[in-house]
This record gives sequence, structure tokens and C-alpha cells, in this order.
Amino acid sequence: MKSALKRAGYKQVHKQMNDVHLQFISKVAFFIILLFAFNLFFAGHYTPGGGFVGGLLTSAAIVLLLIAFDVKTLKKMLPIRFRLLIASGLFLALGVPTGLMFFGYPFFTHEFTEITLPILGEIGLHSATPFDLGVFLTVCGSTLLIIILVGGADD
Amino acid sequence: MTFIHFAIILPLIAAFLIAIIHKYVKGIHLGWFVLPIPFIIVSYLFTLIPTIRNGDTLLLNLNFMPRIGMNYDVYIDGLGLLFAILISGIGTLVVLYSIGYLSQKEKLLNFYIYLLLFMTAMLGVVLLDNVLMLYLFWELTSISSFLLIAFWTTKERSTYGAQKSMLITMFGGFMMLGGFLLLSNLTGTFSIREMISASDQVTGIGAGTLAVVLVLLGAFTKSAQFPFYVWLPDAMEAPTPVSAYLHSATMVKAGLYLVARFTPVFMLSTTWVWTILIVGLITLCWASFNAFIKDDLKAVLAFSTVSQLGLIMSLLGISGLAVVRGANEQIFTVAVVAAVFHIINHATFKGALFMVTGIIDHQTGTRSIKKLGGLMTIMPITFTMALVTSLSMAGIPPFNGFLSKEMFLEAMFEISNANFSALASVGFLFPLLAIVGSIFTFLYSAKIVMQIFLGEETKETPKEPKEASALLLISPAILSLLVVVFGLFPNLLTKSIIDPAAMSIINAVEPLNTKISHWHGFNSPALWATIVIIVVGAALYYFRDTWIFIYKYIKDKFTINYLYDQGLHYITIYSNRFTRMLMTGFLRTYMVYIFGFLVILGFVTMLRTGLNLDFSNLAPIGIQDMILVGVILIALGIIMITKSRMVSIIMLGAVGFSMALFFVFFRAPDLALTQLAIETVTTTLFLVCFYHLPKQSKLPEKRKFKLTNFIVAVGVGAVSILIGLSAFSNRLFESISQYHIDHVYDLAAGKNMVNVILVDFRGYDTVFETLVFGIAGIGIYVLMRLTINNRKDDKNEERAEESRL
Repeated sequence: MKSALKRAGYKQVHKQMNDVHLQFISKVAFFIILLFAFNLFFAGHYTPGGGFVGGLLTSAAIVLLLIAFDVKTLKKMLPIRFRLLIASGLFLALGVPTGLMFFGYPFFTHEFTEITLPILGEIGLHSATPFDLGVFLTVCGSTLLIIILVGGADD
Repeated sequence: MTFIHFAIILPLIAAFLIAIIHKYVKGIHLGWFVLPIPFIIVSYLFTLIPTIRNGDTLLLNLNFMPRIGMNYDVYIDGLGLLFAILISGIGTLVVLYSIGYLSQKEKLLNFYIYLLLFMTAMLGVVLLDNVLMLYLFWELTSISSFLLIAFWTTKERSTYGAQKSMLITMFGGFMMLGGFLLLSNLTGTFSIREMISASDQVTGIGAGTLAVVLVLLGAFTKSAQFPFYVWLPDAMEAPTPVSAYLHSATMVKAGLYLVARFTPVFMLSTTWVWTILIVGLITLCWASFNAFIKDDLKAVLAFSTVSQLGLIMSLLGISGLAVVRGANEQIFTVAVVAAVFHIINHATFKGALFMVTGIIDHQTGTRSIKKLGGLMTIMPITFTMALVTSLSMAGIPPFNGFLSKEMFLEAMFEISNANFSALASVGFLFPLLAIVGSIFTFLYSAKIVMQIFLGEETKETPKEPKEASALLLISPAILSLLVVVFGLFPNLLTKSIIDPAAMSIINAVEPLNTKISHWHGFNSPALWATIVIIVVGAALYYFRDTWIFIYKYIKDKFTINYLYDQGLHYITIYSNRFTRMLMTGFLRTYMVYIFGFLVILGFVTMLRTGLNLDFSNLAPIGIQDMILVGVILIALGIIMITKSRMVSIIMLGAVGFSMALFFVFFRAPDLALTQLAIETVTTTLFLVCFYHLPKQSKLPEKRKFKLTNFIVAVGVGAVSILIGLSAFSNRLFESISQYHIDHVYDLAAGKNMVNVILVDFRGYDTVFETLVFGIAGIGIYVLMRLTINNRKDDKNEERAEESRL
């Protein structure tokens, strides 16, 4: 990130990169964005949102950390292998529609039911959720894999 | 979902499990964990034999995509069951054999995953009753075969062979798909059974003929028939268990399965009978002729496999006549039974021979026949197995190969006498070709036994030869035992599996009551043919030095291999040139191509159909819209004149965020959210890409006005506006939105229509988009890693540590 900006013609990058304000705020904002992203993901079936947006926002949150800190610190904070995220995402996205066949439904016929939990009350359980989780993970994994690789190539 | 549905994908599921096992269990050979899978399947399939034996068939329905008729329906009749038993039975033996053959140092996980993938693919091909599913699994067999041939990726011959097999079989696969689509258009169904019962609708139509040609191409490429056989000898670079399994016992028989399965459809006219028969016989002769001269033991077996496949193919050709002429005529049923019987026999003796080759390779370190000799005393068990199986291959009594070979000869004599076609005048050629092919089969079988096991003991082998371990010997021993048992008691098989399989090929209803006997009396021409083959074969073998010079007349330049290599070479060169012509390396050039094409296409369409614009339903333009448009215009203007990359990226972001605001104004919160998130991420992506751009901007100080770019830019704008307006003005059919609005809750239990469309109504699109996303991510990752690694190697050693991801 640092030398990326330097290359772009910004000489005073060093100072910017250890910006305490940005680092402090992004630490807080990260969780807020993340919560919002999860909210979007789970609420997607009833209100605007869904796996794709959720995944993008999650990666945006992580990208914020990346801008505030650097790739090395980020790797320490979130020791995730993004390739695995893509793999598991694709597995879910393909596995759920196929898995439904085991229960006698045609490919991609989602099933849903409603259960009542003690505190949360009535909750809809929908097989679209794990499918959407697959989309979420793939989007998140791909974006971050690319950004961190491209951005991390220099420092 | 019954067990048989599950059994087809069981190997695939097991592939996931062994990946986990591989990670946590060290020390035990991975093959032991794989072994139960084919064993369970074959045990289960054996329990189905009593049902099939009574002439019943099983049809187990499981919906996959019922709307378009693409279902995961399993249909088990004699033919399918025979192949399924072969696949899982030989599969069990091959896995057992591979435990001894491949050491723990090899990439065992890859090997077994590919092998399990292949099992699923092959079981799917032979058991499913749907042409689209058949195609799907058919291509999966090609892919797993490709991966297995290229198993030792560092060897150049392996990758060459893998590519060759992939190109040829995939070509055939595509052709076959075209044939299937034509067939389903004509018959109105994707189900194989229904296609067969509606086969009279295919007769006499040009499209029907084309469909048959295309499907036959698929079968011929897969089963390595002349002239497509060239991939099979090169496929022998695969590890020997793979050669024994894929390239002799099962996968190459998929083409035979296809021809057998579609026999009633193929038999529109007797033309196809002759085509299949003649192609099969040419393959038989040419390949067995070539097999004799090869020095690599595996190459001998590869050509031998090709020739045996040709033999079975020609028998299937004759059996087609049974459908045209009715099943009662003796000659046709002989051919069908011989074909089925030889499929079984070939799997046993050739599978065993390949395993024997593997043992020799493993124990001596070479497969060159010249370097081997006198192994009889050193490896007595291997010798016994090789002797039994080679004699069976040569067609010598009392082994099983003799029985089916004799039936084959009988069928060829009958067809030459039958005298019912324009080809009758050359009918004598059929038995002649059959005998010539068989003589060469005898010759190379003799060569294997005589030159490797008998003769002088050579000391040239890289390793000191010794008898193999029990683990390596069990599987070929079982197969050799079967060769003997089937040879002595062939009627063990007739009732249980041969008759049902033959009946399903020719669509017969009444049981055939086949009896296979060793002795047909002195009047049988097949008997004399066998005697001729043995006598002439032995004589030719003895005097081989006097006639072997004829092989020198086959120049390299006249072979099909040469054609393939040159073709590939020139295709590569010319496509490279073509690509270089178009690909300048400048993104803006590509943009001109893409958008220029769009402009031309758009304007041509508009000129042809005329424009019909209707402005009555448009939303009123408010002040906020104008402001946003103004913002976008200013941002775009700045992008055009600025020289700083930073500024252009920020301005691009401004355009994107203004678009998001537009979505908000037009009440599309989902789109607005997505647009916002995408803008954030892409702006970051642009920023990080700085590093990879040249340091100084190469843009000239004063930019020249470029007419082409201007025209294309204005054109794209005009076309998009016009398309948008006219799409809004004309509705050719009822919009589907109302259906979505009505059923969003009762069908999908959701309230957000956009998301329900994404994950449910049009979920299939989403699956593929997700796949594209994942592939793009991994693709960029791989490309970037390559560049980074190259750069690292070149100059930036010090960066090595940090660039790890």
C-alpha cells in the first residue's frame, strides 16, 4: 500500500500510513461495518440485502483495515486463507442445490420451515441461507484474495 | 433416492473423505481407504443379478431438472449392469494393485481423487437414462482420464499424451452432444429408453442421419477406432494401474457401450451396420499389425487394446442387423453374444496383462522388450499369469478368449454368406480381414511370452529382477483365474449376464437361451480358421526375420500421428499470429474492438427492425436527477483532462456513487447497496493496482484527437440510450415481474423479491455467477503469483519473504 501510493507520486506517504486517527476509527468502524454486513446477509430474504452485498461489504470492512494498517498487520489480525474461503463458498453454492436432491426434491428446489426459539421468537429456516452463504464466502474470498495479493505484492 | 443413485456418486463423496483422511492419517497407504468403495458398489450390484436374470429391468426415478426433462434416472438392464460390474469389479482390483504399485512418495491423494472421480463418471455413463446426463458424465471421464494420464506432470510425454487424448475425446464428445440434441429434437425426449422406442421417427430424415454420424463420432473417438486411435498409445504414459483400468478395461469401452445402447437407433438403415463393421475390422487389422513391431511392452498392449476394441465394434455392427432383421436369425444373436462375451473376456485378460506389465516394469525397471528376457525362472507366478492371459488373447483353447474369438469368426463367416447387400460381392473380405487380424494378434501374443519370459536371460535391466510381492500379484491372479474359469465353464455367465445384456442391445423380449460350447464339430468354418490362425501365426513368428522388413515401408510421414502433430503445430502457429494481430496489449484497443462491434451490431439491428420510441411512460425528470447528471458530467470531464491517476480514480468513484444515488431515487435499494459496495471495493482495487503500472505516466503532454475513438465513444452512448428507450417502449411479451410479485411468498417464503430471484427463482444464474467469481479470483491469484515469482527470481530476491500470501 505504502509504496503503491509512493509510486503514484505521493512523497509524504509515510506519515499518512501511521495515522493514529484512521487506525483507531477503523478498528471501531470495522465491527460496525461487519455487523451491518451480517445484518444485510441474514435479512436479505425479507429486506434489501443478500449474500453478494454482504460479502462485498465484509471485504470492504477488511479493506479498510488494510488501508489503515498494512498487509502484514492484517495477516496477523485475520489469519484467514482466502483461497479456502473461495473453495468453501463454491462448495456451499453448488452443494446445497445438489444436496437437496438427497431429500427427494429436484435440483435447486429450496425448502423452508419455521421454528420458534426461546428468546428470538419465530425464525424462518430456509435452505437458501446456506446457498447465499456460499455466494457470500466466494465474493468475500475472491475480492480479498485479489486486493491483498495485488496490494501486498510491493511491501 | 435409492442406494443405486447414491452408489453412483459414492466415489465422489469418498474423494472428499479421503482428502480429510490423507491429512490426518499418515503411515497407512491411502489405497486401503479407497478399496472399500468399489467393493461395496460391486457387492451391491451382484445382488441385482437375480432381478436382471429374470429379464426384468429397473427404472429408478430421481428428479434433477424435471422441467426440461433432465433427470437423474437410473435405468438398469443387462447391458448397464454388465458395464457397472466391470467398472466397480475391475476398479476394486486396480485399487488393490495400485497399493502395491505406487509408493507412498507419489502424489497419492491426487491419484485416488482422480480415480474416484473416474468411477463416478463411468458409473454415471452406463447407468443413467438421460442423454444430457450421459454427456455430462462422459466428459467427466475424459477429464479424469486427462488428469490421470498427466499424473507425472513433469514428464513431457505424459502431458503430450494427456493433451492428445483430451483433444480427440473431447472433440468426439462435443460431436456426440450435437447428435444427442438432434435426436432429442426429433424424438421429443431426453430419455434414452424413450428415444429408442421412438427410433422410427428418426428414420429417413436428414437430421436423423446427421445425428447418427455425430453420435458415432463420439463412440469412435472414445473407443479409439480407426482413425482416432492415435491417442490411446500415447495415453500409456499414465501409471500402469490407470492403463489397466481406464485405457483397457473400462473407459475405452464407453464407446462400445454407446453403440450397443443406441443400436436400435443406429439401425435406420444397413449403411450404419456396414460402417461400424468395416471401421471395426480395419481397426482390428491395422492395430494388431502395428502392435507386433512395438518394443515398449505397454505400446504393444495399447495397440492390442485398439485392435480388440475394433473386434468388438465390428461384432456390434453385425448385431445391429439383428434389430433390422428380427432377432431370431442365428447369425445376429451369435454376434451380439460374442460382443458381450468378448467385452467381459477382454476386460479380464487385458486387465491382467497390463498388471503383469506393471509388475515387470516395477521389478525390472524397464518395459523394453529388447532388454527383457528369460524372466520365466525368476518370476514364475508372473509368467504363469502372462502365459494364460496371452494364450487367451491369442484365441487358443481352452481359455475364454478362444470361445469369443471363435464366435467372432463364426459371425464373420455367416455375414459373408448371408448375401443381403450391395456389399455381398466383397463379402469374402470380412472373414479374411478377421483372420489376418487374428494372425497378428497371435503374433504379438507370442512375442510377449517368448521374448520376455523365455529366451536368454538378459542382464541389461536397470533393476535386479525378482518376483513381485503378494500385493501386486493378487489382482492379476484373480483376473487370470477368471480367464481360466470362464474358459472352462462359459455357461456360468450366459444365463446370468450375457443373455440379459445381449437382449438389451437388440431390444429382444424373448430370452436367447445361449449355450456357449467349445466344440462345434468339424464342419464349423471357425474351427478351421482357428487352426489356420495358429499354424500361419506360428510359422510367421518362426520366420519373422524374413518378413519384418515390410514395417520399414511405413514412413513416419504417412501416419495419422504425423497428421495430428503437424495439425496441432500449425494451428498453434496461426492462432498465435491471429492473436498477436488483435492483441496489442493496450486496453483501449480492446475497448475499441468490443464497443465498436456493439455499435455496429446495435445500429444494424435498429436499421433492420426500425425504432419505435414511446416517451409517454417515462418518469418526470426532477431537480435531483439534473444535479446528479451534472456531477457525473463534471467528473467525467475531469477524468478526460487530468494527468494524475489519483484524481481520475477518485472521479471514477464519484461517477459510481452518483449512480448509486440514482438507484436510490428510483427506489431500488438492493441495487444502490450493491453499487455502493462495489464502488468501494473497485476504488481500492484501482489504488492497489498503482504499483503494477509504469512509474511515469506515459500519456503524451498534449493528447491528440482520435477520430475512431470519438466515433466509437459517441456511438456507444447513442446505442445504449436508444436500446434502453426502445426496450422500455416495446414489450414483446408479458413481463414476468407480476409472477414474481405474486409468488414471492408462497413459493419461496421471502419478502424481498430481488433476493428471492437471486437465490431461488433464478438461482441457477447465481450459481454460475458465483463460479465465475471464484474462477476469476483464483485465476488472478495464479497469474499474479506467476508474475511475482518471476520478478522474484529475476531481481528482487529480498522481497521473497514478504510477498508470500
